[in-house]
Amino acid sequence: MTSMSTYGGPLRHHIVTVTVENKSGVLARVASLFSRRGFNIFSLAVAPTDDERFSRITIVVDVESAPLEQIIRQLDKLVNVVSITELAPEAATERELLLATVQAGPAERGQVIQLVGVFEGKIIDVGTDAMTIMLAGAPNKIDDFESLLRPFGIVELQRTGRVALPKLARRTTRLRSIAGGTEDDAVQGRTSDEAG
Amino acid sequence: MRLTGAQALIKSLEMQGVEVIFGLPGGAILPVYDPILDSSIRHILVRHEQGAGHAAEGYAHVTGRPGVAMVTSGPGATNIVTPLADAAMDSIPMVVITGQVPTTAIGTDAFQECPITGVTMDITKHNWLVTDAQDLPRVVAEAFHVATTGRPGPVLVDVPKDVSNNQMDWYWPSSLDELDLPGYRPQTEGDPIEVAKAARLILQAERPVIYAGGGILKARAADVLRQLAERTGIPVVTTLMARGAFPDSHALCLGMPGMHGNYTAVTAMQRSDLLIALGSRFDDRVTGKVSAFAPDAKVIHVDIDPAELGKVRRADVAIGGDCRVVIEELLSALTDLGLDTGGTTSAGTRAASKPDLGPWRAQIHEWQERFPLAYHQEDGGALKPQFVVETLRDSTPDDTIVVSGVGQHQMWASQYWKFEYPYTWVNSGGAGTMGFAVPAAIGAKVGRPDKMVWAIDGDGCFQMTAQELVTASAERIPVKVAILNNAYLGMVRQWQELFYEERYSEVYLSPDLPDYVKWAEAMGCVGLKVESAEEVLPAIEKANSIDDRPVVIDFRTDAFEKVYPMVPAGSSNDDIIVGPGQGEGGR
Repeated sequence: MTSMSTYGGPLRHHIVTVTVENKSGVLARVASLFSRRGFNIFSLAVAPTDDERFSRITIVVDVESAPLEQIIRQLDKLVNVVSITELAPEAATERELLLATVQAGPAERGQVIQLVGVFEGKIIDVGTDAMTIMLAGAPNKIDDFESLLRPFGIVELQRTGRVALPKLARRTTRLRSIAGGTEDDAVQGRTSDEAG
Repeated sequence: MRLTGAQALIKSLEMQGVEVIFGLPGGAILPVYDPILDSSIRHILVRHEQGAGHAAEGYAHVTGRPGVAMVTSGPGATNIVTPLADAAMDSIPMVVITGQVPTTAIGTDAFQECPITGVTMDITKHNWLVTDAQDLPRVVAEAFHVATTGRPGPVLVDVPKDVSNNQMDWYWPSSLDELDLPGYRPQTEGDPIEVAKAARLILQAERPVIYAGGGILKARAADVLRQLAERTGIPVVTTLMARGAFPDSHALCLGMPGMHGNYTAVTAMQRSDLLIALGSRFDDRVTGKVSAFAPDAKVIHVDIDPAELGKVRRADVAIGGDCRVVIEELLSALTDLGLDTGGTTSAGTRAASKPDLGPWRAQIHEWQERFPLAYHQEDGGALKPQFVVETLRDSTPDDTIVVSGVGQHQMWASQYWKFEYPYTWVNSGGAGTMGFAVPAAIGAKVGRPDKMVWAIDGDGCFQMTAQELVTASAERIPVKVAILNNAYLGMVRQWQELFYEERYSEVYLSPDLPDYVKWAEAMGCVGLKVESAEEVLPAIEKANSIDDRPVVIDFRTDAFEKVYPMVPAGSSNDDIIVGPGQGEGGR
């Protein structure tokens, strides 16, 4: 992980979802491969899949550090790696979860509640002078939310790193945007609107 | 049948056809050493675990079968880390079994505990920590399968002491389906579309070179490589790892390329318009400065490891697959395009318009005439190491196995030996492990007892692992060792002379300390000393006549001799220095 200000992701990142055998030490093998080959990990999330034999690791890789193809081929050599799916950011539906405890005494409480309402987050704990907030959403939306929370004073903050699935094929053909953007741009625009 | 984990482990090795284990026992591996007494497998007791690892590598090099080493936990395991790293770099199939503290003690910093699966994670192809005795046969079968298929490599199986002692119900996986390797699927066959593209490129090239690497030997593809070269008339360079993959006496053989390659091999690649890389990986010691390497060449790259394709140099045609399989596919694609067996072409086919390679071969021949490897042995002058290598070459059988350490002696051995057969050259290429030669020669002789095995070693290297000659004497393994004793860490000395203004820092070793003859004798070997050119042949003949114990010859060679040609590190291969008196290297 890099500094907070770059949470939203570097310009050239790529999402790699790696299905691995659910055995001890597998995460260490994946992490170690990245350090050994000089590839940078931007974020990483691990969880079991619906099949208990396997886990899924979602890695956001910095493709400035190495060609994506090389990263995938080296990963594929790990015996415990069963399959790899690469997702370009524009072809992925990405989500992330944020938990934050912010300072919110009686004077600020209303403003924080309002902000959480705008972002469709949840307040999950309230103390005398602080609140804990949860927000799930697209990473850029989480970035925005985090920067708006910051002036209240963040006591603690945790983000999960992103998970992603491929976007589904559309049944209807999408019109090119009037500005002359590609279909991809249009799709991306739509989804990020949704996410916001 | 109820067995202990230890019995199941040894029985599994027997089921795998293991004939020899190189090892050294200790506390955590003790239970496994008991059933060895009742096993048909020969155990060779080394004097240091590093020796077990390199011996297993030497055995694998010459037989093509996986070498097996067994050591205890903690320091026993860490002592075999260097051979694992070495085998990983050179794609040597090796199975290392390590003892581990009992599962209940793991993580408590118990006596002789070391997390060896963690330590070796990045230098093994895969490793396993076995936590249930019932898993042992399956894990052993998986370990051998992974070590020997795809791109071969070392694997490690860590066996805690309680797992060795526990009872299990014996079984043996009858097929690959019973292995638990859902993510392991090596691809051996090439993509036919890419193979056809490669065949068309070959038929268009005017200055092609086959760049044969160690993958040719791993794939047992020397015979099909020869067919490809002869049918197309394309010259072949053999990298340090591929010496012997194509006979040095063949008219199309250009020998070794790279930092200390010969002028013709280096320059033919530089001027080439098509490099056909077969089981080679564009190592920095071959390419020199990558951006200046073979600038006009298109590249066909064949490798069993897809991660090698495009790792260093972009390939115009990249084919993931086993070298033997892909070369066979390539030969049939060439037939389809009209290039027949024997190299004749049929009218009206694509092969009929194939450029004549005559001018290219004539150019190559001219380079060979102008820039041969050269040294000068003066009568009564200091003994030249190249003269020792040449005399040894000329007074031993053609199929002698030559094993070297790392440094100047390694380069002279590779340059001046004439390799006629595959699997006759054993050395540490990628890792550059000093001290490799003595134990690797022992492993090679165990694997091929019918062949004469000579280690060509340096004095620095010899001092690192010489104690394994005690193993060789005790086990009656009659290897022969030629020490090219120049009293220096010679390659480092060479670099300090050429690139550090002759400021020699910590490279002097002394020719007499130790006394190599006495040391050899103390280890149960015959020890000989040679100080002049005329003594060389008689000493070698005497060594050749001894077959009941190891022989060590201390050749006192010229400390000022340097390895040429040389491409300085980081330079373009165009800046090759052919010999002293030329360029910056001349002094």
